[in-house]
Amino acid sequence: MNIMNEFAAHKRSGTISDTRVKASFGSRLGFGVLYLILGILAVIQIYPLFWLFLFSLKTNQEVFGMSPFALPQHPQWANYPKVWSQGHINLYFFNSVWYTVVAVLLTIILASFVTFAITRMNWKLSRFVLGLFIVGLMIPLHSTLIPLFNFFKHMHLINNPLSVILSYTAFNLPVTIMILLGFYQAIPREIEEAGVMDGCSVHRIFLRIVLPLTTPVLATTAIINMIYNWNEFVFVNTFISSDRWKTLTVGVNNFVGQYLTDWGAIGATLMISILPILIAFLLLSNRIVEGLAAGSVKG
Amino acid sequence: MKAVMSNKSAIALYVLPALLLILIIIYIPLVLTGYYGMMDWKGFAPMKFIGLDNYNKLIHDSMFWKSTYHSVLLGICSTFSLLIYLAVSMVLASRIKGANLFRKIYLIPMLLSSVAIAQLWSKIYDPSNGMLNHLLTSIGIQNPPLWLSDPNIVLFAIFVPIVWQYAGFYIIIYYAALKNVSEEVIEAATIDGATPWQVASRIKLPLISPVFKVTIILALVGSLKYFDLIFVMTGGGPNHASEVMASYMYGEAFSKYNFGYGSAVGFALLLICLLMTWLIRKLTTSGEDVQY
Repeated sequence: MNIMNEFAAHKRSGTISDTRVKASFGSRLGFGVLYLILGILAVIQIYPLFWLFLFSLKTNQEVFGMSPFALPQHPQWANYPKVWSQGHINLYFFNSVWYTVVAVLLTIILASFVTFAITRMNWKLSRFVLGLFIVGLMIPLHSTLIPLFNFFKHMHLINNPLSVILSYTAFNLPVTIMILLGFYQAIPREIEEAGVMDGCSVHRIFLRIVLPLTTPVLATTAIINMIYNWNEFVFVNTFISSDRWKTLTVGVNNFVGQYLTDWGAIGATLMISILPILIAFLLLSNRIVEGLAAGSVKG
Repeated sequence: MKAVMSNKSAIALYVLPALLLILIIIYIPLVLTGYYGMMDWKGFAPMKFIGLDNYNKLIHDSMFWKSTYHSVLLGICSTFSLLIYLAVSMVLASRIKGANLFRKIYLIPMLLSSVAIAQLWSKIYDPSNGMLNHLLTSIGIQNPPLWLSDPNIVLFAIFVPIVWQYAGFYIIIYYAALKNVSEEVIEAATIDGATPWQVASRIKLPLISPVFKVTIILALVGSLKYFDLIFVMTGGGPNHASEVMASYMYGEAFSKYNFGYGSAVGFALLLICLLMTWLIRKLTTSGEDVQY
C-alpha cells in the first residue's frame, strides 16, 4: 500500500514535471525561432553599413578582384584624409554643420513661441493657425520648388545659404510644433497662474517660467531637426549651384558621380557623411526614438 | 490671468514670424504653382498666360500617368509592408528580452540620408562587384538580374531599400502604441482564458488601430512624395521605368526648364496628395475608435 502510494505519487510528479519540461521546451523553441528571425532582421539592417565601412578601406584591386565579403587586407585609412581634402568634402562638411545649427536654432525658437501662444494663450484663431502648421506635414515640398526657385531668384538668394536655411526652417516647423504640442499641453495651468499673481508679464512667464520647463523636449526636437537638416537634399540641389555653398549630401552625390570607379574614395566619403548622425545616435538614441514616434503620430 | 494670457500684441509677436515664414515658403508657393501651371514659361524667357493648356496636356500625357502609376504602386507596396512591421513590433512588444536594442538597430537606416542610402544600394546592386549578385551566384543562381538597369525590376529594386530605410521608423511607432495598451486589460483577458492569439487580435490590434490609420497615411502620402532616393539611384530611368511624380516634375522643371508645365505637374502632385489623405481618412473613419 505504502509502496503503491509512493509509486503513484512518483508517477504523478513525473508526468507533471514531464509536461513542464515539454511546455518549456516548446516555448523555448518558439522563442528561439523568434530570436533567430529578429537577429536576421538586425543583420539585414546593419550589415550593408558594415559592408560600406569595409569597402571604404579597400583598394580598387581588392574591390574588383576579390570577394565583396572579404576583409580589407591592408586597411586603406588614407582614403579618408584623401577625400577630406580633395573634392571639397571638408568645405561641404562645415557648410552642412552651420546650416544645420542655424536652422535648428531658428526652428526651435519660432516653434516654441508659436506652441506657447497656441496652447497657453486665449485667442480666436488659435485652432485655425495650428491647423495651418499641422497640414504642412502633408504638403509635398516638390510642389513649392518652382515658385520658391523663382522667388529666391528675384530676391538674389540663389547660391545664398539663406534660401536653404529659410526653407529648412519652414518645412521643419510642423513636425517640431507637433512634438512640442503634447509637452506644452501637459504643463499645469497653476504655473502660469502663480506667475500672473506675482505680476509677471506674459513675456516673463514664457521666457522665465515655461520655456525652461521644456528643455527636455527641446533637446528631442533639436536632435530630430538636426537629422532632417543634415540629410536634406532637394533644396540645396535646387537653390545652390556653386561649390562654395553646397552641403555634404549634394557634394557627396556630385563627388560620387565624378569618381564612379574609385570605390574606396566613394566609401570613405559616404562614411564621413553618415558618421555624425551615427555618433549622435549612439549618444542620444532614446531621444531620437521618442522624437520620431511623437513627431509622426498625434492628433 | 485672462487679461495677461490674451494680450493681443504678445500673441502677434509670438505667432507672426513663424506664420509669415510658412506662408511665404509653403502656402503662397503652393498657390503660385497652380497659377504658374497656366503659363507658357520655358527657360529664361518671360512667361505668357495660356489658360488651361498645360493642364489639358497633362491629362493626355502618358508619361505623367505612368509616373503617377509608379508612385501609387510604391505607395500600395509600402502600405502592405506595414503589416510586416506590425508583426515584428508585436513580437518585440511581447516579453522579448533586448527588444529595446532590436528596435534601435532596426532604426539605424532611417537616420541616414537618402543620398547615402541610394549610393550604398547602387553599390550593393552593382552587377559585377556588388554584394547582392555575388551572394546570389555563390548560392548557385546563374545570371542574377541587373537590378537597376532592367526596366522590369528596377521599381522593385528601388522598393527594397525603401523598406530597409523605413522599417525601424514604423516599428518604433507600433512598438510605442502596443506598449501603451494597458497591462490590466491584457491580464484580465488572460485570466478569462484568452489565448495569446486572441489577446493580440481582439484586444491589441483594435486598440492600436488609430495609430495604424495614421501610418497608412504616412506610408501612402510619403510614397507619393518619394524623390531623393530615386533621383540619385536611377534618375527615373532606365527609359522612365522608375519615374515617379516628383522626379517627373523635377526633370521637367530643372533639366528641361519647362517651368510652366513643371508647375502644372507640381500642382497635380499636390492635389493627388491631398486627395489621397482625404480619401484614407474617409475610408478609415467608419465607426467609432475602440476604447476599453
